[in-house]
Amino acid sequence: MKNEGLIYRISGPVVTAINMKAAMYDVVRVGTEGLMGEVIELHGDKAVIQVYEDTSGIRPGEVVVNTGETLSVSLGPGLLTQIYDGIQRPLPTLEKEMGVFLTRGVDADAFDLEKIWTFEPQVAVGDTVTGGQVVGHVQETDTIVHKIMVVPGKGGVVKSIESGDFNVTQTICTFEDGSEMQMLQEWPVRTPRPYQQKYPPVIPLVTGMRILDFLFPLAKGGAAGIPGPFGSGKTVTQQSLAKYSDAQLVVYIGCGERGNEMTEVLDEFPHLIDPNTGKPLMERTVMIANTSNMPVAAREASVYTGITIAEYYRDMGYDVALMADSTSRWAEAMREISSRLEEMPGEEGYPAYLSTRIAEFYERAGRVETLNGEDGSITVIGAVSPPGGDISEPVSQGTLRIVKVFWGLDAGLARQRHFPAINWLNSYSLYPQSLDQWFRDNIAQDFPEIRIELSGLLQIESELQEIVQLVGSDALPVDQQLTLEVARMIREYFLQQNGFHEVDAYCDINLQYKMAKAILAFQESAKAAMASGAQLGDVVNVPSRSDLMRGRLNKGYIDTIDDMVKTMLDEIAATVEDN
Amino acid sequence: MTGKEYRTITDVKGPLVFLNKTEPVAFGEIVSLRLSNGTIKNGQVLDTSDDLVIVQVFEGTAKIDREAGVTFMGDVFKLPVSTDLIGRILDGAGRPRDGGPDIVAEETADIIGAAINPYSRRSPHDFIQTGISAIDCCTSLVRGQKLPIFSASGLPHNDIALQIARQAKLTASDEEFIVVFCAMGITAEEYNFFRADLERTGALENAVLFVNLADDPAVERIITPRLALTAAEYLAFEKDYHVLVIYTDMTNYCDALRQIGAAREEVPGRRGYPGYMYTDLAMLYERAGLVKGKKGSITQFPILTMPGDDITHPIPDLSGYITEGQIVISRELHQAGIYPPINVLPSLSRLMGSCIGEKTTREDHKSVSDQMYAAYAQGRELRGLVAIVGEDALNERDKQLLEFSGVFEDKFLRQSRYEDRSIEETLDLCWTLMSSIDTKYLVRLDQKWIDKYHPDNRE
Ligand SMILES: Nc1ncnc2c1ncn2[C@@H]1O[C@H](COP(=O)(O)OP(=O)(O)O)[C@@H](O)[C@H]1O
Ligand SMILES: [Mg+2]
Repeated sequence: MKNEGLIYRISGPVVTAINMKAAMYDVVRVGTEGLMGEVIELHGDKAVIQVYEDTSGIRPGEVVVNTGETLSVSLGPGLLTQIYDGIQRPLPTLEKEMGVFLTRGVDADAFDLEKIWTFEPQVAVGDTVTGGQVVGHVQETDTIVHKIMVVPGKGGVVKSIESGDFNVTQTICTFEDGSEMQMLQEWPVRTPRPYQQKYPPVIPLVTGMRILDFLFPLAKGGAAGIPGPFGSGKTVTQQSLAKYSDAQLVVYIGCGERGNEMTEVLDEFPHLIDPNTGKPLMERTVMIANTSNMPVAAREASVYTGITIAEYYRDMGYDVALMADSTSRWAEAMREISSRLEEMPGEEGYPAYLSTRIAEFYERAGRVETLNGEDGSITVIGAVSPPGGDISEPVSQGTLRIVKVFWGLDAGLARQRHFPAINWLNSYSLYPQSLDQWFRDNIAQDFPEIRIELSGLLQIESELQEIVQLVGSDALPVDQQLTLEVARMIREYFLQQNGFHEVDAYCDINLQYKMAKAILAFQESAKAAMASGAQLGDVVNVPSRSDLMRGRLNKGYIDTIDDMVKTMLDEIAATVEDN
Repeated sequence: MTGKEYRTITDVKGPLVFLNKTEPVAFGEIVSLRLSNGTIKNGQVLDTSDDLVIVQVFEGTAKIDREAGVTFMGDVFKLPVSTDLIGRILDGAGRPRDGGPDIVAEETADIIGAAINPYSRRSPHDFIQTGISAIDCCTSLVRGQKLPIFSASGLPHNDIALQIARQAKLTASDEEFIVVFCAMGITAEEYNFFRADLERTGALENAVLFVNLADDPAVERIITPRLALTAAEYLAFEKDYHVLVIYTDMTNYCDALRQIGAAREEVPGRRGYPGYMYTDLAMLYERAGLVKGKKGSITQFPILTMPGDDITHPIPDLSGYITEGQIVISRELHQAGIYPPINVLPSLSRLMGSCIGEKTTREDHKSVSDQMYAAYAQGRELRGLVAIVGEDALNERDKQLLEFSGVFEDKFLRQSRYEDRSIEETLDLCWTLMSSIDTKYLVRLDQKWIDKYHPDNRE
């Protein structure tokens, strides 16, 4: 058989070719327009291909050419600040070629191959280098130094290497065996990039969102799932994480969701400053936008494109955070393709391998020792969109089996405009044990204990609420009424955080701690005052308490909060004398 | 370029026709079927191979037998477009229904439509005043948004859609909307209601109607919204119009999708609807918006009726996952005699933040909207409690909130079908109504707005 065959059948995004030499995951060019596709199944002399562009108008008998390559991403300096479709075509280039509507049959380089970068070697002639080892670097953006690594599996004794100005396709290093290396490299998207070993996660990904950092922390190298019905805040949460978390690099995948949400990110990010570095956010970001109306096969590929880029920067020793909004749309893309293949379906029509694919994807997260001997990590945060908000469905369940953090969004809270609408009673993180030492060493010795106190109070509140529903709150003893008041303070002052507020959207972890302490200080002084005869109503209504609570909306709160707490405690103490 | 006629039908099943031994037929190609009695039906290729071609027949397969002649038309479905469309009424397959001449094409456009490059979109931000307080204050509509009405059978969603079509205007400029109306499987009575209203107000001259009624072919409904959106895209992005697309009823559209899926023996997703329904709906809803370098815009108002009033049903559920919010109509409010019976609590406009405030509506809008919402939500919740413990058990704050929830429905929500309230009137009304609550309980209102707008401080 030859590398060229003919189209036998077209059924939506799935095309069957005959008489073509093919192996699984080969990239092929379909039809007279040369649409890009990938071999996903072999049947006798037939190769089944998923096509990354719209197939209408294509006919049986048109030619299919096998490129013999596997679906790969291009890696090298120039990735950052880009926005790609699911198969790594830059959307700005597509706009230039096609206008505002995405037509088809256009190829585009992933980044500018002509751009000149100033390369600085880090190894010398005569050194032996191996796969993954860093041979030099270029300054990719103001914040990110792009390390140039030997392709895993390659290497040798360096014959020549020099500093100077190169584009990504020029040779920067030659080896004694005659092989050469350029800055541009390709990596097959469906194959995880290798590393030396996985480390346990012991450092938190600090997000600036109080409910996440304090109650349900995520580790660098960990994985979190955010399931929630529509309108509950998956996208806003993911975007906040992209903006404020202390990852060094962010890969943001808009997978089968709204076009306008990507536009919003594109409009916003260039003007936003990374609170951790003070530099424009865009400089640490790579975006992938394969929206709901773009081809489903490319949607299926988009998460792999994204995670491969993330691994590449991890291998340079960076902490990368990857958001996928929404993994359910990725799973649905698998389901659509699978049903065209007439595969035996598993639950709810999803392919039987769904949970394996989900697990394999999240397994590409982790904190690792890179081939170059450095620490790098990928933290994966996947949004899940369960039908009707019911998480008993296969995608939610497949995700929950593998991730260690569950941030459960709640339609009821969203309806009460309690944002982020993360349900504090059923969400969980399995990381606190491994992260507590970090919190003790870096924030406060008693950080873990404070967390436990806060979540305990919320727990008690939910039990008391059941009684209140039956008899009204006035029927409770005053100490329990105080507990309700404290819990309310936790919810309204601490847990609620408007993702769009110019000040409060991001909360420094040290400030989070101070706010948590302020709540407990209120509780303690209120108890003491009431024990000495003060009235509950007087204690909770001291004006300085609402000043304290509102203060978080002002800049510089971290400097004023201590004084505000002190004023509040004085006023509470004074309620005893007033009596 | 039409080809040879084939008589190679092997099977007919539901809306599908299977045939073999044809020329190489394109995926998505348009097909003409000639029945032995001379009737012509139309269809589209769903699956094509050397051996077998599957065609979905828009008009249904009644009377089709193995003798029927099948001609492949050589191209995918295209709509002739020109500004002559304006003022016309077409059927669900794009043929004149008003007795007028065929549309003289300035160009023809593929009805599937290409996706807008996300990089090429412009963010919507122009506030549209609908004159309906509940929408303008709580779920503000933006030009270029897709905001569906989640309704149910027997509720006045059509009146609301028409009121919006009549009253929608920009506060910032006097640019007008062109309405593209797309009927999918609605009754003749409903259609006449729409048409009469558009005619009476003169809007019909500035509208394009695509009409597939309940007794028209069900499968045709698959293409009707695509025709409407193709016309809308042409008018918006080639001719600079601001287009308001109203389509109703999405539930009938989805049922047609389900019918085809079943005939193909596809593995169904939830409740028998196809697994690709999300993508399919997205390919309609995502055709709203604004794009770089073009003046016009497409704003979408899809109407859907929730089967069994169930918002978790796949049709509203998948829609809600794609659209930029939803306006939810409540049977309870309707039964209480309130028009428009909009339940603001589950309603949402995701783009509201981008279109309200000092420059576009009024500086206090956000604050007022948050407070109205919060007070109503609390008041509504208290209704449940009062039913158990009685009103006497409530404290002063709760009593005021409870009372407010009634006032909210009676004075704020309720307005007549022809009452067109400006956004200032709406916001002033909010202040008047909220003044029944002690200011110390109105914690979401900024003090500076209380000083400026509260009735006590205005006199
Ligand atoms: N953290 C937040 N702060 C403020 N508003 C929020 C927040 N999260 C969600 N919202 C509100 O809820 C709406 C829906 O949120 P979104 O993230 O788009 O939901 P989803 O992605 O789950 O459908 C937003 O448009 C916004 O109005
Ligand atoms: Mg979302």
